[in-house]
Amino acid sequence: MRMVYSVDDQLVIRGHEFKSRLILGSGKFSLEMTRAVIQHGEVEMVTLALRRANVGGQENILEYIPQGITLLPNTSGARNAEEAVRIARLAREIGCGDFIKLEVIHDSKYLLPDNYETVKATEILAKEGFIVMPYMYPDLNAARALVNAGAASVMPLGAPIGSNKGLCTKEFIRILVEEIELPIIVDAGIGRPSQACEAMEMGVDAVMCNTAIATSGNVAQMANAFKQAVEAGRTAYLAGLGRILTGQAEASSPLTGFLEE
Amino acid sequence: MTGRENHMVYMEGMEAIASDMMEKVTALVETYDYQQYTVEDVKRALQKERLSIDDYRAILSPAATECLEEMATKATAETRKHFGNSIQMFTPLYIANYCENHCVYCGFNCHNRINRAKLSLEEIEEELKTIAATGLQEILLLTGESRHQSGVEYIGEAVKCAAKYFSTVGIEIYPLNSDEYTYLHECGTDFVCVYQETYNPDKYEQVHLRGPKRIYPYRFHAQERALLGGMRGVAFGALLGLGDFRKDAFAVGLHAYFIQQKYPHAEISFSTPRLRPYINNAKNNANDVHERQLLQVMLAYRLFMPFAGITISTRERAGFRDHVIGMTATKISSGVSVGVGGHKEEEKGDEQFEIADPRSVEQVHQMILGRGLQPVYTDYVRV
Repeated sequence: MRMVYSVDDQLVIRGHEFKSRLILGSGKFSLEMTRAVIQHGEVEMVTLALRRANVGGQENILEYIPQGITLLPNTSGARNAEEAVRIARLAREIGCGDFIKLEVIHDSKYLLPDNYETVKATEILAKEGFIVMPYMYPDLNAARALVNAGAASVMPLGAPIGSNKGLCTKEFIRILVEEIELPIIVDAGIGRPSQACEAMEMGVDAVMCNTAIATSGNVAQMANAFKQAVEAGRTAYLAGLGRILTGQAEASSPLTGFLEE
Repeated sequence: MTGRENHMVYMEGMEAIASDMMEKVTALVETYDYQQYTVEDVKRALQKERLSIDDYRAILSPAATECLEEMATKATAETRKHFGNSIQMFTPLYIANYCENHCVYCGFNCHNRINRAKLSLEEIEEELKTIAATGLQEILLLTGESRHQSGVEYIGEAVKCAAKYFSTVGIEIYPLNSDEYTYLHECGTDFVCVYQETYNPDKYEQVHLRGPKRIYPYRFHAQERALLGGMRGVAFGALLGLGDFRKDAFAVGLHAYFIQQKYPHAEISFSTPRLRPYINNAKNNANDVHERQLLQVMLAYRLFMPFAGITISTRERAGFRDHVIGMTATKISSGVSVGVGGHKEEEKGDEQFEIADPRSVEQVHQMILGRGLQPVYTDYVRV
C-alpha cells in the first residue's frame, strides 16, 4: 500500500514551502508564551498585528517570534481597502517581509470581513509584489474574485473570530475546497483540535488558530494537541476517507439488476 | 436669571445633527423598572449566549447583585474570548483645568477657587516626552471645559505634538461640532471620550447650572458628531451615583449599542467614574455606588457588549483594579497625575479628583504580568 504523507506533503504558498499546516495567530497570547507555543505546535508561520508591533518599545511582539519563523503580518484595524494597503506597506517597511494577511473589517461587533473591500486591496497589493493571504467570508464568487485579483491563498472563516464555534460555514468552505485551486486556510472560529482535524479531513490546506490555544489551560500542550489534530486530519484526507454509511438501508437485490448485457 | 437657559435648547453655534438616538434611549430608560426583575430573570439572562436589551435590564437590577459571582464568571470568559490576555496601557495628561461650567459635583467647576492653569505648548511637549520615556504609547489629553481658555486650536496643537510621541492619542474635552472633530482628527487624534454624567434630563438640569455643558442634547450627540467628523472610536460613561445609577448605566449601554448599530465600524468603549458614597453615612442609600455596585455595572457592560473596551481608572484602589482587569476591564491607566501637568514639573493646577492608585507604569506592568495577562502598549496603527 502506498503511504502518502509526511516528507513530500508540504503546504506551498506562492512557492514558499511549509511542513506545518498549523498557522498561529498571536493577538491573544501572553507574549512570553509565544516561543513555547511555536515550539510545541511545531509552527512555521505566525501572524502578528502590525498595530501591536511596538518597534523599539516595550513588549514588542516581534522580539518574541524566533528567527526562522515566517512572519505573517496582518492588516487588522483596516476598515477599507485603502487603509489595508497602507498598513501592508508599513509592515513591509519595518521588515516584516512580503507575506500579508489581509483583513478588512468594517464591523466592531462581529469582526466579519468585508469581501468587497478585501478584493480591492488584494488587487493593489498583489501588483506590488505582496504574497496576499486574504481573510474572507466563504463566498465562492468572492473567492473567485480574489483568485483573479492575485491572492496567494484564500482564508475563509469557520465561525466568527474568537467564538470557538468550529466549522459553522463547513458547506461553503467545502465548495471553496472543490472549486478554488489556491491553498484554502481556515481562519477564525476553530475552537478545538477536533474541529481543526475536521477541517483538514475535508481537504483544506491549513488552519489558523489563536484564541483556542491562547485561552487554554496549558497553551504549549494545547498547541501540541492542535499540531497532532492537523496532522491527523491531513493524513486522513490524503488516505481518502472510508465509505460513509448514510443510514439508509441498502437494497437486498441490486437496483440495476434489470439491465441486460 | 442669566445662565439658566433651557437645558434642552441648543445655544448659538452648537451643531444640530439629524438623529433619533436620544429619543430612542430616553424612551427605553424612562420605562426601565429594575425592581420587577428577579434572580430567576437574571439567571435566565446569564444562560444566553447573547444578551438582549431585556436581559441587560435584568443584570443591572438589584436582584442581580445576588448573582455577581455568576456574572463575573461569564464576563471573564467573554473578556478572554474577545481580548485574550491583552490589557492596554495608557495614561491621561491634563493640559488645562479652566472651566466655564457650573456643575455642582465637580472639583473643576467655575465657582471653585482652585489653582487654574494651562500648559504652554513647550510645557506640553516636556510632559509628553517624560511620559513617553516610561514606554507608554497611548495618551489621553484632557482639558477642563473652556472654549475660551483652551480652544480647539490649542487642543489641536497639543494633539499634533502628542502624535509625535504616541501611537494612539485620545481626547477628553468639551463636546465639539463635527467639523471641529474633523480638524482634531486631522491633527492626529482618533478617539473621543465624552461622558453624559447622567441620562436623566431633569437631574442633568439640576446639577449643571451654567455654561454650555448645561445643554443636554448637545452633549448627548457628541459621540455621533465625533464619528461623523471622522473619529474612529468613542467612549461612553455616566458619573455613577449622580442620578439613579442603574438607569444611567442602562442608558450608557443603550447609547453605545445604538451608536454601534448605526456606525458599525465605531470602536466602542466604556468608562465607569462614580461618586463615592459618604463613608459615615449611616443610612444605606439605594443609589450609593459601592464597589459591589460598580462591579455589577462593569460586568453588565461586558455581558451586554462583549466586544467593547472597558477602562478602569486610578480613582479606584489598586486591589479593585487588579481584579477587574481580564474579568471585565481591558484598559488600565498608570503613572497618573490628575493635576495640570505634573509628570515633568510640579503640577501647575489643582486636581479634579483624588486618585486611589498612584502606581507607576512599571509597577502596573509587573502587576499585569503577575496576573498572567499581557500588557499591551500599542494596539493601533494610524493610516
